[in-house]
Amino acid sequence: MDGPSAAGLGGADPQLQRFIEVETQKQRFQQLVHQMTELCWEKCMDKPGPKLDSRAETCFVNCVERFIDTSQFILNRLEQTQKSKSAFSESLSD
Amino acid sequence: MEGFGSDFGSGGGGGELDPGLIMEQRMTDKCFRKCIGKPGGALDNSEQKCIAMCMDRYMDSWNTVSRAYNSRLQRERANM
Repeated sequence: MDGPSAAGLGGADPQLQRFIEVETQKQRFQQLVHQMTELCWEKCMDKPGPKLDSRAETCFVNCVERFIDTSQFILNRLEQTQKSKSAFSESLSD
Repeated sequence: MEGFGSDFGSGGGGGELDPGLIMEQRMTDKCFRKCIGKPGGALDNSEQKCIAMCMDRYMDSWNTVSRAYNSRLQRERANM
């Protein structure tokens, strides 16, 4: 999921490492914007008009927020599930 | 505030060589779906107008999403 580590690519040069980190972040940001625009377009856009009306605009903003909430919710719940699983399997191996 | 134009020029594009390519592919997909009903022998006037509007609205949407995401990221960082 992560790209190559900055240390691997930049070698010993901290400035280059920093540059690579920043560029990687920018790329990730853009990827997500593309993904969310695509998803939210389906949910928020009816027929394209002469401008983006305020209802559609609000929908897009909400959509972004709820998408990130969903992502965090899933991460948290997976983490919890893993924790309870490992506690269970530890008790079995005693 | 960065708009679509400056992001476009920065070269970030999710790993693709040409950042404009992703945008073009998605616009074509979305606007075809919205604007073309039963495909005829050519794109008529209304379809072309619809596609043009659709492209502009897609870019507006992209900018809106970009701003909203940026705000959310800043809020998250502030809360850390």
